[in-house]
Amino acid sequence: MDVTLRVWRQPGPDAAGAFRTYRAERIPPEASFLEMLDMVNERLTLDGEEPIVFDHDCREGICGTCGVMINGVAHGPQLGTATCQLHMRRFTDGDTIVIEPWRAAGFPVIKDLMVDRSAFDRIIEAGGYITVATGSAPDANLIPVPRDAAEAAMDAAACIGCGACVAACPNSAAQLFTAAKLAHLNLLPQGQPERDRRVVAMVETMEQWFGSCTNHGECETACPKGISIDTIALLNRDYLRAKLADSRLAGR
Amino acid sequence: MTVLNAKVPKGPLAETWDNHRFSIRLVNPANKRKYRVIVVGTGLAGASAAATLAELGYQVEVFTFHDSPRRAHSIAAQGGINAAKNYRNDGDSVWRLFYDTVKGGDYRSREANVYRLAQVSNEIIDQCTAQGVPFAREYGGLLDNRSFGGAQVSRTFYARGQTGQQLLLGAYQALARQIQLGAVTVHTRSEMLEVVVKDGRAVGIVVRDLVDGRVTSHSAHAVVLATGGYSNVFYLSTNAMACNVTAIWRAHRRGAVFANPCYTQIHPTCIPASDEFQSKLTLMSESLRNDGRIWVPQNPGDTRPPHDIPEADRDYYLERTYPTFGNLVPRDVASRAAMRMIDAERGVGPLGNGVYLDFADAIARLGQGVIESRYGNLFEMYQRITDENPYRLPMRIYPAPHYTMGGLWVDYNLMTTVPGLYCIGEANFSDHGANRLGASALMQGLADGYFVLPYTIGDYLADFLNVDPVPTDDPAFRQAEAGVHDQVDRLLGINGTRTVDDFHRALGSIMIEHCGMARSASGLEKALSDIPALRAEFLSDLRVLGDGESLNQSLEKAGRLYDFFELAELMCRDALDREESCGGHFRLEHQTEEGEAMRDDERFTHVSAWEWQEEGTAQVKHREELVFENVTLAQRSYK
Repeated sequence: MDVTLRVWRQPGPDAAGAFRTYRAERIPPEASFLEMLDMVNERLTLDGEEPIVFDHDCREGICGTCGVMINGVAHGPQLGTATCQLHMRRFTDGDTIVIEPWRAAGFPVIKDLMVDRSAFDRIIEAGGYITVATGSAPDANLIPVPRDAAEAAMDAAACIGCGACVAACPNSAAQLFTAAKLAHLNLLPQGQPERDRRVVAMVETMEQWFGSCTNHGECETACPKGISIDTIALLNRDYLRAKLADSRLAGR
Repeated sequence: MTVLNAKVPKGPLAETWDNHRFSIRLVNPANKRKYRVIVVGTGLAGASAAATLAELGYQVEVFTFHDSPRRAHSIAAQGGINAAKNYRNDGDSVWRLFYDTVKGGDYRSREANVYRLAQVSNEIIDQCTAQGVPFAREYGGLLDNRSFGGAQVSRTFYARGQTGQQLLLGAYQALARQIQLGAVTVHTRSEMLEVVVKDGRAVGIVVRDLVDGRVTSHSAHAVVLATGGYSNVFYLSTNAMACNVTAIWRAHRRGAVFANPCYTQIHPTCIPASDEFQSKLTLMSESLRNDGRIWVPQNPGDTRPPHDIPEADRDYYLERTYPTFGNLVPRDVASRAAMRMIDAERGVGPLGNGVYLDFADAIARLGQGVIESRYGNLFEMYQRITDENPYRLPMRIYPAPHYTMGGLWVDYNLMTTVPGLYCIGEANFSDHGANRLGASALMQGLADGYFVLPYTIGDYLADFLNVDPVPTDDPAFRQAEAGVHDQVDRLLGINGTRTVDDFHRALGSIMIEHCGMARSASGLEKALSDIPALRAEFLSDLRVLGDGESLNQSLEKAGRLYDFFELAELMCRDALDREESCGGHFRLEHQTEEGEAMRDDERFTHVSAWEWQEEGTAQVKHREELVFENVTLAQRSYK
């Protein structure tokens, strides 16, 4: 199949960017979207033009490194699918495909389609962990975790931190990412001692980088792992509770 | 000339690790903050080591070429992590896990290391559970287990098909806590390109900032490499695109001896390639073999769709050949069996390059819901890639390069032959012998990082109390930096006509053909003449556009491929030298009548450890003789 690409090219963080048009010809429909870009890049290199920079690594939809806006949709047209798992059979011969980087103030462009998502790491560093130094853990079966709770925690823990939720949000809010990370730990018995301080620290760090959530729900649709916005309700509830609670009484 | 001293403590196996921990030197808690340790790589081994070293009080500097520590390829491990908890009451024990691992590795690993691995496996599960890793659970709230290849007990802990992701997030979160506390500094998008050695000791590293191309030096009292495996030498593998050998290869060039480079693992359950532009192969967790049955048509060239092939015309060849282990034989055995089927033109799929992994019986027995809860995300992934529904049609699978048991030689303390330079996780050679069992990579990475290295490193550091790290303006650093600049200029200056990927594909096809699942003297000799020829072309006809002062992904790939060329030659030389078949190393000249691997214990019960000589001179081989005092060497049988 042949498609026309309109790709955002930007030489560096402070440089001006612009769309460039490229032809991608004789692309097998079994090729993945990123393999299509690989082929375009090989062609560009041979033609003497610098290849398009994009982030990617595992190409199995689990590392969360890849992600671009495809025709204005984060990760493209297939629901529940990261860019690397999207295949060209989802497009039609002759299509024009517009490819842009994530667009959010919290994710500045590094080059072309690559952005800096390190603000996500700052949110985790603020409190997205359970304090347990190596060697201090009790036997794993000492604390039973109800199966449904473990499954709900796993649903949230499936977040790959790709940033599609932020890219899809009209406010560039990072509620879904933060809520997923928070729900993973706050739903488990092991996460209870730090539950209140965790939510406050993570939410307040998030607000330094990202916009506010106004319940559009775009994030849930864009999420390649199907993280539910129910986690955002949990975040709000835990945040409110934490703000009203007296941590000294948390052991009662 | 390097003499290998494995420093395995004397005494009964079960007491070795305890005795060793008691006898090695410790660093007093108040003195730990006086030491700086560099950790390169943030997968399971690197992240867990960095977090634990920081908890102990050391100053830790971490380097990763990813944009975040949590992207490392450990994240893609699907199936699970082994531990000898015996929660199933099915006869498991530390001894059995040790025994299975030594046997699974085809008796080519070091007994004491493997025993220690089995011992600390239980602590890993405790640690990860406390961190909030959402392992699968029974309704009573206790942990669930599944079975994996090469074992007759159920000892694998898992978090759906995303165990690696969850364990890595746990280690990353522990690391994040230390970053917040100021005990760890992380340098992201920073690629290590040189180890700096002064007066015979590792004193730091040189890194290139991938965003702005700046080359900087970093010094420390010790350097830990946790940079993963080198399966991408085959171009198509299940590894992530950026996985490479550069960090450990640079260390090798600086004196670290490279052990068993030819021990590579071809994983039996991957999705077959569909076209020539394929950039990587996707693994389907081995755990699928718990419930899936592997078969091919009885008759060569049978092109009927699977549902139209009656039972009588199907060959469940693993169940037929290996009735005891059936579909759960170890990976090397399963991979070669699939290869034999495809060579006999009994392969399935449009290109005839697959075998079926069929869930129809399991779905009939357990219901689709149960299968979905066990493997839902794997089935989804399969469908996204192939556009086929595995609940209705059997999956098509084929073996693909997946893991490398070879790596830098390390002693019992996980130190390489360069004092002060440690190597952990997949990057070292230590625990899996010639074949790794499923769910053991995660176990080894975390064992090294959480429970072994943080203790053993103290024994080395104790000598350097109140000694400052070598300053980075020392000539040793300056020289290493100049070398990195020269390499960048060299790759950019070739200005030829072929892309990096083009060369990488060509190298990969030589390697998979001659140094892949089956190897022969003539094939390896051919590879050893083809590789240098291709390398010469690479150095004269490579085209890398752009510059070295900004983000340049082609340049990054070219640097990694440069090192893959040198590694590829060493792999072939090692494979040629090892005139036996063992585990993942299968020499066509050395097989039983039934086509199983035939070891030569008389001549090859040793680790082949290769020492770098100067440029253009072949490496020199050293041996570490393997002594088995607790396990009797036997022909592996899974029948």
